[in-house]
Order: sequence, then structure tokens, then C-alpha cells
Amino acid sequence: MTAVLELHGVVKEYPGSPPIRALAGVDLTVDSGEFVVVVGPSGSGKSTLMNIVGALQRPSEGTVRIDGVSTSSLRDGRLSAVRGRRIGFVFQQFHLIEGMTALENVSDGLLYAGVKRRQRAERAKEALKMVGLGDRMTHRPGALSGGERQRVAIARALIADPAIVLADEPTGNLDSANGAAIMALLHDLNQAGRTVVLITHDRDIAASAPRQVAMRDGLIVDDSKSIAA
Amino acid sequence: MTGMSGTGDIAFAPMPGLPFAEPSSNGDRDHATTVTAATVGKSRLRPSDAVRVGSVGLRTRPLRTLLTALGIAIGIAAMIAVVGISASSRADLLAQIDDLGTGLLRAAPGQSMFGDQSTLPEIARATASRIGPVTDAAGLTYATATVRRTDYIDDGETGGIAVVAADPNLLAATRTNLASGRYLDESSPDVPNVVLGFDAARRLGIKSTDTHPRVWIADSEGLGQWFDVIGILEESPLAPELDSAAIMGYGVADALYETTTSPSTLFVRAEPSQIEAVRNVLARSVYPEAPNEVDVSRPSDALEARAKTDAALRNLLLGLGAVALLVGGVGITNVMVISVLERRGEIGVRRALGAGRRHILTQFLAEAGLLSFLGGTAGCALGAGVTAIYAHQRGWVLDVPIAALAGGAGVALAVGLLAGVSPAIRAARLDPAEAIRPA
Repeated sequence: MTAVLELHGVVKEYPGSPPIRALAGVDLTVDSGEFVVVVGPSGSGKSTLMNIVGALQRPSEGTVRIDGVSTSSLRDGRLSAVRGRRIGFVFQQFHLIEGMTALENVSDGLLYAGVKRRQRAERAKEALKMVGLGDRMTHRPGALSGGERQRVAIARALIADPAIVLADEPTGNLDSANGAAIMALLHDLNQAGRTVVLITHDRDIAASAPRQVAMRDGLIVDDSKSIAA
Repeated sequence: MTGMSGTGDIAFAPMPGLPFAEPSSNGDRDHATTVTAATVGKSRLRPSDAVRVGSVGLRTRPLRTLLTALGIAIGIAAMIAVVGISASSRADLLAQIDDLGTGLLRAAPGQSMFGDQSTLPEIARATASRIGPVTDAAGLTYATATVRRTDYIDDGETGGIAVVAADPNLLAATRTNLASGRYLDESSPDVPNVVLGFDAARRLGIKSTDTHPRVWIADSEGLGQWFDVIGILEESPLAPELDSAAIMGYGVADALYETTTSPSTLFVRAEPSQIEAVRNVLARSVYPEAPNEVDVSRPSDALEARAKTDAALRNLLLGLGAVALLVGGVGITNVMVISVLERRGEIGVRRALGAGRRHILTQFLAEAGLLSFLGGTAGCALGAGVTAIYAHQRGWVLDVPIAALAGGAGVALAVGLLAGVSPAIRAARLDPAEAIRPA
């Protein structure tokens, strides 16, 4: 297996007095096809880790390679492209755009790749069918349930065929039944070969994953893979 | 399966059968490690997509869009209406000048060197008509008499109507048209007939000659007699004094009111090309003894001056329209700032979907530009509509310059883009990681 994500000695400091050290030297390698859950209490640095893994931020120190691309020296234009094409984001708040239909929301997953509108729509239709929302394409987010919205968001995350699906508390805003369904969907994706990195504070969710990475105070304190190895 | 996320930079080859059942990168992993920054490519946004993305925010909040666009629409409508109305008015004036011709001169007695009111010689009409290029020379002389509807009306109630004696070719010289009836002719110089000017007829309450109306005309001693109204004139733009006059022949005026033939006003028509030459000799011809006591003017100059003075007023009103537009632009900036604050989440998610700073900038600029362009287009329609209604009421030809319409829409677009710059920069500068988290 090859690594789709490599972090070496990653430090992230936010300016202030004293500066806040959110990540204090993180090493993490995720191979293609893995399902990794990063778990930790709030303030443990897992949100910062997500920003780094998702190429939303560059590290202060250390190296980050996403699908083989080092993000440390990328300027905004290319860094954005890395996000758009290598990472599929799934958020706790779903982050669907009001005023656009489910189909349009999913289509926008390819908007900044310069794909033509008709092609985007075709692929969005397929993606929506895959997540079981073939009959909700013209619905706006306001007309969808929380579970349905998160499915739309997952379809959007997948449409650009990313190397990593990065999910930040994807079940945080859902009831337990819908939460379980979303987790099942993510597991199905992983079964089909998709690499999934999920960030949560919920130990029960973490327990269901093949590999768990525990964080505290900006450091990885436990990695089930390294223990197994 | 060809390399997609592994090697492809902008390659979005056909999707693998299912969009996510099978990630496309498995086969090419070894290759993936050699990927460099240069092969990542850059995000891009097609221009048509930029417009579409820019319109999402507008569609989502239609009322806000409408009200904000209204500010611009009012500004543009005001400017278009000002330009349109002034252009229509000018077109009308120029058409009038064309119609009336520029070949008319007006000579009137001025003042002597000692400040006394001068009078023209009695033969002035004859001498003027002997100037080569002159085609018509018609005199008009004020008579000491008053005109009333009946003799029961007090003789002080003249309604500002002047009784005048005039030549038969007065209408030809001044190009004044008859609204009703006929004009005086030479066949019956001593018959008590009168022709009323446009305003004079209105003031006397006479609309038509069909009912054979009569008016009572009395001399300074109060001795009067009935006159038949045989004609009513239309407005006379070149000789406005005719509008409030009751006109009779020199013969009758002389017989009843001892009116002289020394003209109070002399109208001289010549070929427009010869008009300057005639103008140069007119005073000397009609009053060789004191040419400096003759005031010569060209009535069409006044119309042309009016066409020009309109420009000053127009610029003032245009300025007011520009102020309205500026206020509209500030309104757009305001709304865009709010929009950016409200839509942090959307900005964050678009950044996560691959939008670079410049794409966010483009989106909000497009939104502001669209908003303003929408208002501008509506304003153009509104301004043209107002002009059409106004011109119709005035009986003018409608003239809304195409350049003004194009300019209006263009200016609106420019104002919108300018108004959107600062909010769009704010949106683009948002840190994606911060934007994506609920504050």
C-alpha cells in the first residue's frame, strides 16, 4: 500500500503572546484505502490537524504530503487546487449552499476544476443516486432532512474523485439513527477502496473504526496501528 | 484506468464507472510519489460559471436584490429620462426651426440717442420689400383700441390682448398657420374683420370661426363696433406677439382708430443663405436717416439659444442623477458587506471545494456587477418609459439616444463592480479554515 497522506514533524503555531502551539510535532502516515479516525477532546489539536490534512492551512514546521504533493510551499492557487481535487470534505454543519438544489450543490464539487456544466450535472446525478438521493435532486437544502443533507454533502465530496475523504464530526448534527446510517455509508465507501479520515471527539464512533489515532495537547498519544504493528 | 488523482493535473477523464465505488488512484500509487507541485495545476472557474455563481446569492434573497437594484435603477432612470427628455425637446425645437426656417428677420424701432422711443418711417414696409433677396416684408402696427367679447364688459378688461393692424402677407412672412377660418386679404380692406392670435382667441373664449363669432372693438374714447372673427391662428413661435393680438387690416385701422402705417414691428423674410446680407442693409434701407435707431434681430436665434440653454439645465439634472447613482452604489457596497458576513460558511466551503482567493473575489464582484447591471437595465427601461410618456404629452418626437441607454447600462455595471471591490476583497481574504467553522 502507498501513502496518500504523510505528515512528518508537523508543528502549527498561531500567532499571539504567547503563541499558541496547536500541533506540537505530529507524524502520521495514512495509506491508500485506510479508514482512520482521529479522536480527541476539544483543544487536543484535532481541528488544526484537519486544517493541515485538508490543505486549508500550511504547517508552521514539518512536511505534509497529500497524495504525493507537498503543501508547505504551495501558493493559494495551487493549494486550493489540492483541496478541490485531492480532498473531499464532509462537515458537521453540512455546509450546503442555500438557494441551490441538491444537484447544483453536488455539481459545485467540480466547479473549480473547470469541468463543463453539463458534465458536472451528469456526474452529480450519478453521485446523488449512489448516496440514495436520486429522488431528491431538485430539492433545496431547506427541504431535506439532516441525514439527507449530509448525504448530499458526501456526494459532493466524492464527485471530484478525491484521494482522501476528510470528515469532520460528520454525525455531530444528526440523531443516532441518521448518524449510524452516515457512518455505514462511510464504511461502505471505505470497503469500496476509498481512503477515509474522520475526526471526532466521540469515542463510540472511534471504536467502530479499523484504525484509531488519539490526540491530546497537540500530539498523537495513541495510534492503534503502531500498537498492532 | 488512467491516472486521475495520481497524475492528472486538470485531467478529468471520464468517471470511473461509479463515481466513488472504486477510487481511481490505486493503480498509480507508485507514480503518485513523484507528483510535484507543478503538476497539481490550478483551480479555474469558467466565465459562464462565474456569472452563474454570482447570481446564486441574488436568487436566494430576491427582495434584498430588488431593493438594492432599485437604488441603481432610480439613478439610471433619472439620468436616462433627463437625457431623453432633453434630447426629445431639442429634436422638437430643431424640427420647429427646420419647419419655420431661419430666414426671418425682425426690425423694430429702438431708441434715439436721447433715449426717446423712435418710430420707423411710414414707407419702411415698402423699402424693405425692395431689398433684393427679400421675399416678404410685412408690417405690424399697434392700434389704440381694446377688444372684448361684448360691449357689456368693462373696457378695462382687455385681457392683455393688443389690437394691431397688419399686412396680408404677415402669415407668409412669419410662417404662422391658421387654426381655423381664413386670414385677412386685400379684397376687402375696409370691412371690419379681425383675426385672433392663439392666446387671444383662448382668452376671449372663441374656439372656432364656424359659429361666426363677433368681438367688440372700441377706440380710446369708448366708441366701438362689432368685428367678425374670420380666423384664428395657431401659436407663432417666431412672432410670439401675434399670439396675444387681434389683427385687422391697415385700412380699417386707419379709418376707425387713425392707426399710422409706421410699423411697430417689421417682419422680413429672405433666403436663409442671404440672410446675413439682408441683415447688414436692413436698418439702413428702412430708416436711412437713423439706422442706429432700428433694432434688427433674428427670431430663430432665440429658438436655437433655447436648444442650447437646455444643456445647462440638463447637466444639472444629470448631476442629480449621478448623485442618486452614487447613493445606489453605496447601497450595493453595504449589502455586499452584509452578504459576505452572512455567507462566511459558503465562502469556506467554496474554498474547500477548490476555489482560490481570486475565484471568491470574482464571485462577489460578479454578484455586485450583476446586481447593478440588473438595476441599470431596469433603470434604462424606466427612464425611456418616462421620456416616452412625457414626449407624448408634449407632442414631441421621442428621441432617446441609444448611446445614453448603452452608457446607462455600462455606467451601472461599472458602479456595481466598483462598489463590489472592497467587500469582494474582504471575502477573498477570509481564511478558509476560519470561514468554514461556525463563529
